[in-house]
Amino acid sequence: MKAEDVPQEGNTTLGGQRKAMYARGADGRIGIVASQGWEAEEIVTRQAVEELERLAADARRRALAGETSPLEYHMYRARMDITLLSQVTGLWAWRVRRHLRPAVFARLSPALRARYAAALGIEPQRLDRLDP
Amino acid sequence: MNTPSDFRHQHASHCESGVMSAIVRHYGLPLSEPMALGLASAISFAYLPFVKLGGLPLVAYRMPPRAIIRGLQKPLGLKMRTETFRSAEKGRARLDALLDAGQVVGLQTSVFWLPYFPPDLRFHFNAHNVLAYGRDGDDYLLSDPVFEEPVRCASADLARARFARGVLAPKGLLYYPEGRPVEPDWQQAIPAAIRKTVRIMLRAPLPLIGVRGVERVARAVERLPAGEQVAQSKLFVGHLVRMQEEIGTGGGGFRYMYASFLEEAADRLARPAFADLAGELVEIGDGWREFALAAARMIRDRDPFDGPRLAALLRHQGQRERELFTRLDHATR
Repeated sequence: MKAEDVPQEGNTTLGGQRKAMYARGADGRIGIVASQGWEAEEIVTRQAVEELERLAADARRRALAGETSPLEYHMYRARMDITLLSQVTGLWAWRVRRHLRPAVFARLSPALRARYAAALGIEPQRLDRLDP
Repeated sequence: MNTPSDFRHQHASHCESGVMSAIVRHYGLPLSEPMALGLASAISFAYLPFVKLGGLPLVAYRMPPRAIIRGLQKPLGLKMRTETFRSAEKGRARLDALLDAGQVVGLQTSVFWLPYFPPDLRFHFNAHNVLAYGRDGDDYLLSDPVFEEPVRCASADLARARFARGVLAPKGLLYYPEGRPVEPDWQQAIPAAIRKTVRIMLRAPLPLIGVRGVERVARAVERLPAGEQVAQSKLFVGHLVRMQEEIGTGGGGFRYMYASFLEEAADRLARPAFADLAGELVEIGDGWREFALAAARMIRDRDPFDGPRLAALLRHQGQRERELFTRLDHATR
């Protein structure tokens, strides 16, 4: 890639940052060129973010309908899945899965609630709320 | 405020090569980022379908995390000291002590918990490297190589990022050199590093590593369904492209950066053959970006999803890399 071909398309996922790319400059040497981003890259990043947002919105809808616990919503909101939430809390995955059942979640001990809250980076009382 | 006044931040493409070239430079030996990548033999390809991240297989265009930290020790005669911690308090106290003693310190962190990252890029990736060079009140002064300017991070946030759990958990890892780097014997160190890369790319014992890994991914992409499960197929190819372009690779999955290393090697060793191969590797990097563009268009439905077409592009890439690394092998002899 030549330096003048380094994309400057303003990838919004970079939040205004520029990234360093290696390209061949006018002097014929390969060196760093700051790039404002490339649309192809923006597409794949947004795809991953949108998938997590879709999972969170779906979990929220089901939690409001009483089909799952709010924990599932908060899990996807924190960009996690059951495997990761289980690793971060140190709980078995089957226990995490069980806590996604509304009746089980409602009886959760304060200690477990604190553990989930800490893993998700939110206050324990926030766990029950479903505000987007 | 406590900062070594002589530390200079430099924008880089990749976190680990950026941090290591900054450390080596700070302690007296000018070393470019591509030279750090090349000397540590850190370019590669790996496809590990049984390791899942967020439900998708691990794909990497480079060697595993810490390969550059470890790989530079021998050529530069540099002993890197690494420490991990049981508790966040101990990790913080040790970092403070090192900074107060005037060291610059490399840290492994999770991107998700670093507030200065743009929200769309904050995923649970636990092997992001940054360099701490001072502190000011409750803030740490960080040189994050993939950012243009130095950044700041509050101590509570940095502690979360350093002690994140899950795959590749950093456990508070910090690293710094003991002693100073010495200029290597380039005539010996560069060909040795290239031969190691050639070995990994062409003759890895597992068919998932090196060019055989590229071929294996091509086979997986070929089989992706287009019908009802097309969303899952698109997530798979999107993931391939993200690992190639987004995760601080300098574009083309590190291929451009390695080309820059070969160009530098050609000068240092007065071997023009390496410069010719650098030119070819730039074209291979362009090929990776053609694949990224084709995949992105399919993800956004500008083109219909076509697994076999993407697989053909990948196979072509594998074949070109096989030829390139074979010729590179001959050029080092």
